[in-house]
Amino acid sequence: MNNMHKTIVELHEMLKNKETTSAELIKESLQKSHEVQEKCNAFVSILDDAEAKEITDNYLSGIPFGIKDNYSTKDILSTGSSNTLKNYVPFFNATAVENLLKAGAIPVNKTVLDEFGMGGTGTTGHTGPVHNPWDLTRSCAGSSSGSACAVASGVYPYALGSDTGDSIRKPAAYCGIVGYKPTYGMISRYGLFPFASSLDHCGVLTRSVMDAALVVDCMKGQDEKDMTSWDSSNIHLAASLDGKVQGKKLCYIKEICDLNNYPEANEELKKHLENFHKVIENFKSQGVEIDEVSVDKNLLDAEPSVYVILSCAEATSNMSNLTGIIFGPRGNGKNVMEMMMDHRTHGFSPLIKRRFVIGSYILQKENQERYFKNAGRVRRLLVDTWKNLFKEYDAVILPVGSGPAKHLDGDKDVLTKDTAILEEHLQIGNFGGFPSITIPDGFINGLPVGINITGNVYDDANVLNIAYALENTMNYKNQIAKEVNHE
Amino acid sequence: MSKYKAVIGLEMHCELKSNSKVFSSGENSYNETPNSNVSPVDMGFPGILPVVNKKCVHDALMMSMILNCTQPEYMYFDRKNYYYPDLPKGYQISQNTEPVGINGCIQIEVNDKRIPVKIHDIHLEEDAASLDHYYATSCIDYNRAGVPLLELVTEPCLHSADEAVAFLEHMRSVYKYCGISEADTKKGQIRCDVNVSIMDEEATELGTKVEVKNINSFGNVYDAINYEIERQSKLKDAGRYNEVEQETRRFDEESGTTIHMRSKVDALDYKYFVDPNLPKYKITKEWLAEIRKEIPLLALERKDKYISELGLSNYDASVIVKEKEYAEYFEEMVNIGIDAKTASNWLTTQILGEINRENISLKEFYLTPTLIKQITDAQIKGTISSKQAKEIFLKALEEKKEPKTYISSDNAQISDKAELEKIIDEILKNSPSQIEQYKNGKTNLFDYFVGQVMKNTRGKANPVLTKELLNIKLK
Repeated sequence: MNNMHKTIVELHEMLKNKETTSAELIKESLQKSHEVQEKCNAFVSILDDAEAKEITDNYLSGIPFGIKDNYSTKDILSTGSSNTLKNYVPFFNATAVENLLKAGAIPVNKTVLDEFGMGGTGTTGHTGPVHNPWDLTRSCAGSSSGSACAVASGVYPYALGSDTGDSIRKPAAYCGIVGYKPTYGMISRYGLFPFASSLDHCGVLTRSVMDAALVVDCMKGQDEKDMTSWDSSNIHLAASLDGKVQGKKLCYIKEICDLNNYPEANEELKKHLENFHKVIENFKSQGVEIDEVSVDKNLLDAEPSVYVILSCAEATSNMSNLTGIIFGPRGNGKNVMEMMMDHRTHGFSPLIKRRFVIGSYILQKENQERYFKNAGRVRRLLVDTWKNLFKEYDAVILPVGSGPAKHLDGDKDVLTKDTAILEEHLQIGNFGGFPSITIPDGFINGLPVGINITGNVYDDANVLNIAYALENTMNYKNQIAKEVNHE
Repeated sequence: MSKYKAVIGLEMHCELKSNSKVFSSGENSYNETPNSNVSPVDMGFPGILPVVNKKCVHDALMMSMILNCTQPEYMYFDRKNYYYPDLPKGYQISQNTEPVGINGCIQIEVNDKRIPVKIHDIHLEEDAASLDHYYATSCIDYNRAGVPLLELVTEPCLHSADEAVAFLEHMRSVYKYCGISEADTKKGQIRCDVNVSIMDEEATELGTKVEVKNINSFGNVYDAINYEIERQSKLKDAGRYNEVEQETRRFDEESGTTIHMRSKVDALDYKYFVDPNLPKYKITKEWLAEIRKEIPLLALERKDKYISELGLSNYDASVIVKEKEYAEYFEEMVNIGIDAKTASNWLTTQILGEINRENISLKEFYLTPTLIKQITDAQIKGTISSKQAKEIFLKALEEKKEPKTYISSDNAQISDKAELEKIIDEILKNSPSQIEQYKNGKTNLFDYFVGQVMKNTRGKANPVLTKELLNIKLK
């Protein structure tokens, strides 16, 4: 019994040929869940009572998967990794989950995230930090930390994630797997606990581009409960992966990728960028044209603040329903206002309370023009800049982060301000709702690093196909985390 | 009466009629059982998303046009953020950036005079849940959470409680004529806020504005405004106008007074911003044109028509246009050929009297215009007297039978000459002394003979024919 490291197609063939059963896969997946929980603390809930399902022609039928704990799951605890919802059992499924259940997929656990997705370290969930399976002293990044950890550990072939800034695509890089968020609205957000509605995307973490395509093919679809969802019935992602990229045009941005921008670069960053350029050169040999382009540095420098402003503002409002009145633990107090205050004071971690304060400040009448409206304008400028690139190029290709996973204790990583854009540029994919996928592109000191491909809205099939071709030029497809030994 | 000029602005909230709520699939209907019309969206459970109800947008646009407002190019919704136990999401979806209508104006009638009322804006939003307060506890009823609400804001351009109430009555009539709302204050479907300030007659600068919030009947609006005018005037008279504070008050029904709630300095910052879950969408010219065509003829327009084209009195026309169903009933009567004046008389006296007594709507009323026409036709032909007409009307109503049943049978007027002659001859034979007195000049005895005929026929004798025959026989 050792199958959960396999791809979805392989597992499906085995199930079809009766070489294994759904029940066996579930058993293995649950057993691995408990092992990973022990080592990495990746789960809020492990669904030991998960039941086998009939094997149909759907690739996902009978195969276990994981769900990030900010998806509403009917009759299953859904906490958002927050004390404010620590006992919340929803009575409805998120549409994306519902679609997968209809496909016959079997949820076996709910994965840990940074509280409500508001963090990038995997350390702020109410059940404690998630450890990176490649190196337990390091983080998985976030916020889809548990999902990335579990997929990399071979618990199952895929887990659901959500992505507001880079919450799927960065953990994927740090865990050496694939993370894909499709165009905004391709997957319904109904039932996803909101962080920042205009930036929130559903998506998936897998170990191969093909698996990502297969899963999103089942998750997507217009939903009458989400007005921002759109009809993608003419898009068949998995079927459109042919690996033909001859004549495709990509670009990378000098201001982000050139080592000379980072005078204080450490060894890891140097190796990361070197590796990036090597991968690019190699990809060119497939007949892909890859150009270096230049983007206004001031615009790029403004990006991280724009993200903070917009996401905090929307988050403050989105999480105003968490009062402990209708659901969640009741707070104490002499009157209802005091009860709400008590619930929120004790329920949220300090980090997200800080974000609420920022969000409230930004939305105040006297500050709106200066912060909120201006941030909206810069968002538009950035999106327009990227859209202009997409007029000439199929996609933008960029390195993810400034190196491999950071240390959990934080002290060993010196973050410098000038690498901010390298750390944060994936957020532009959320500003524009662009389809964006991260795949592993190498190792630094035994730890995985990733590369990202982002294309124009609705051009998901093209973006995935480029990633699929690039994946085939490297040896990191379907890799399972192997713990590295340290000095 | 105050010697100062009052300046009044109104905010009128009206719940709209629709199958489902404005942003959810929860049912929108008045229900006595708390928490029976609720969807997860209405209670703000984590992960819910709003979906706008197109019919509500349609109705909001119609009102915007009736108020002669400017409609926006795109439909937007904003979040109004504040914490309150009746607000499940912690924000209300409303309109701030681009309301469905701005800068409008509408003519209303106050004591038979027409005045324009300027409209600041009208916007579509969702209602909050309702709170029921008890001695030591409060209950939340989410039936109302998410019910579509149109909020109409006038400019401060009204000057008396009479004008304010006339405006509200007018708008209530418009809502009902368009079928957009039941506009029933008893069901809490209309709630008002009023802003009142006073100023010297010749002054150019407005006085300090006091807001009285959440008034639930027009009578209370009237009382609240007059109370405020008096309260502020007294302070001004006493040279203490600086004590009039910019504040929010509430109306206390029991004492008929207004009571301080909060000061301007405590006003909330609602941190409005465009709701990202409701993508903006274009309001096409074609759609607007379609909606415009659907606007029915409204009360004032009908009233003018009844007076100028059908010759009704101002009073009768006013009574008939009071409710759309009255006007429609009346117009049907006229359309099938009942004389307008006759139709108006029947409607305003007999018919409305009857439905008010029975406390039913005109739709439930048994006698349709066609049935009424059986009576009025018989009257014109002289088959029945007006007294009989009324009797037939009541009898038909009581027995739920067509009026013609009573007109053709023994209950109908006796217009047969031979039959009447027989009756008259019999009476004359038995009244020799009266005939002698009559012939000797006591001509007022003529009425005595008519009376005898009527008595004998239980009022069914055709009066015209009776008089004619008596005249011949008494010569």
